[in-house]
Amino acid sequence: MVDVALQGGTVQVAVQMDRAKVLQRLRLGDAAFRQVTRAAAIAVLVILGGIIVSLLLGAWPALRTFGIGFLYEESWNPVTEKFGAIAPIYGTVVTSLIAMLIAVPVGLFIALFLTELCPMWLRRPIGIAIELLAGIPSIIYGIWGLFVFAPFLQQYVQPFLIDMFGPIPILSDLFAGPPYGIGILTAGLILAIMVLPFITSISRDVFEAVPPVLKEAAYGLGCTTWEVARFVVLPYARVGVIGGVMLGLGRALGETMAVTFVIGNAHRISGSIMAPGTTISATIANEFTEAVGDLYTSALVALGLILFVITFIVLALARLMLMRLNARIGT
Amino acid sequence: MKHWTAVAAAGFIAAAAHLPANAADISGAGATFPYPIYAKWADAYKKETGNGLNYQSIGSGGGIKQITNKTVTFGASDAPLKGEELDKIGLAQFPAVMGGIVPVVNLDGIKPGELTIDGPTLAKIFLGDIKKWDDPAIKQLNPSAKLPSQAIAVVHRSDGSGTTYNFAYYLADVSADWKSKVGVNTSVQWPMGIGAKGNEGVAQNVGNTKGSVGYVEYAYALQNKLTFTKMINKAGKTVTPTSEAFQAAAANADWKSQPGYGVILANQAGEKSWPMTAATWILVYKHPADPAATAEALKFFAWAYKNGGKMAESLDYVPMPANVVADIEKYWKAEIKDASGKPVF
Repeated sequence: MVDVALQGGTVQVAVQMDRAKVLQRLRLGDAAFRQVTRAAAIAVLVILGGIIVSLLLGAWPALRTFGIGFLYEESWNPVTEKFGAIAPIYGTVVTSLIAMLIAVPVGLFIALFLTELCPMWLRRPIGIAIELLAGIPSIIYGIWGLFVFAPFLQQYVQPFLIDMFGPIPILSDLFAGPPYGIGILTAGLILAIMVLPFITSISRDVFEAVPPVLKEAAYGLGCTTWEVARFVVLPYARVGVIGGVMLGLGRALGETMAVTFVIGNAHRISGSIMAPGTTISATIANEFTEAVGDLYTSALVALGLILFVITFIVLALARLMLMRLNARIGT
Repeated sequence: MKHWTAVAAAGFIAAAAHLPANAADISGAGATFPYPIYAKWADAYKKETGNGLNYQSIGSGGGIKQITNKTVTFGASDAPLKGEELDKIGLAQFPAVMGGIVPVVNLDGIKPGELTIDGPTLAKIFLGDIKKWDDPAIKQLNPSAKLPSQAIAVVHRSDGSGTTYNFAYYLADVSADWKSKVGVNTSVQWPMGIGAKGNEGVAQNVGNTKGSVGYVEYAYALQNKLTFTKMINKAGKTVTPTSEAFQAAAANADWKSQPGYGVILANQAGEKSWPMTAATWILVYKHPADPAATAEALKFFAWAYKNGGKMAESLDYVPMPANVVADIEKYWKAEIKDASGKPVF
């Protein structure tokens, strides 16, 4: 690179200047570049460390008071200052699970349709629509969820679900109860819509990166479109797809505003997914402003710490999964 | 977490926007419930005197924290501090304005003010002991109303709030069960129902859900055209929520009985008193580090007591009665002093 630059437009200058000086300057530039990028990378670690330390410090009074019980107690009582985190943890996990159950297949199907089957003229409109979904602020999802989606669910979808699953033993408990319109299920559905664009657009990009040669070879062997998608495209793009799914899951776990609007904000664990519940981030958003007393505030910070740990575990599991996948392909 | 950053960002923006402000600007922080009226008063006050008010409606808990850290001249709280807490920090406390809390329902064929309910029944509904609208307890109070055999959907606040504090206080006052099982705080462990964020959230949910019952500030019931109920007060009389009924509760309260006027107006005596009336409080230091700033703040509230009544009523708040105001101003003179012992007001 250096030689090319010297032989190009700067040749005349270089003749006049000492060649060593120029090289020195370029070397300094490189060193500075290395330092700046390294500082940026270290800053991330410092910020992350700072967040962990401040969360630990903030959460310490609650963790010391409640101990390990904080993780499995259901009581969340600001009056007697008895706090347990299992209800918000349960809500966080279940809403994210519902969201992923819906968003992962739908998102993959959309991405496959866009890359494999869609006529050219339809690709752009669908692609742009998906990206627009990603750009909508979460508060808008919340308001739409509360004013439009929840009443719709309450009037049409939930009574239907209750009637349909009523006679089936386990499912009747899962879909029991008065149709409030808002609750765990509604929050999960809103989250599914919110994470769909992440999964779709990343999957689409990695599907497009699959070498056409592979697909053509598969078609040449007589594979159907489904077989090509299942046995060529998906395995080739699996790392990217898992990345997209994890990004979506990360958003689902931490989403605050939209969930707060539609989940019903009740600190209870109920067998029915139509019952109101709460999530960690919704609880913090709801209660932090008016939390009086150190223990109460500390319990909320401890919830934040737990969410941090959950996210960490999810990311670690994703890494592990990728490693195992790669190992299996390798043998 | 997002919410914190949003609050922090808003704080920075607010701080930045206020940098060039007049040195005489009064700074305060706290309760969200009285924010609209404080803002309206501040606007009129600025026009009249040139002095502005910088009030951050960050919630009562935040207001108490900020006044404790002395980052603001006054704090504002929907729940009064107890005498010993005030003494510990060295704060004076006085009520600024009041509002009414009303039960709202969503029942086919029932119009605002047609249903009557009493405290013990309301407590049983929110405890989950009464599950259907045609329960004998409700029927007995409303012999002529057509009550459906419909499940009651309870809607409560999900965020901590002074409204919840006053509502829970009233229920604890009329129901021993509520007192022992739930208790009183800005947020409580609700035995049942769904939580909605803010008065507007509760109003929206009650408006949407057939068979629901909730509680909101009076203004929200009017604005959202919700079906508020009548209530039976301590004197056994049926009252309709009106400005007069809220004021009657304030007039009948024994304001001197608690330090810093920390009287909860729930369940006051008097034939016309609305049982769920709520005041909101201001906290200032008794020996402020900056007496001039505290004097400005007190001047603002004195002006608001004198000239702000109509404005308060236009936003469905209730101004403090004149006799209480006179007493508060006496209290300021007696208690809030500068370093040399001279009253700041």
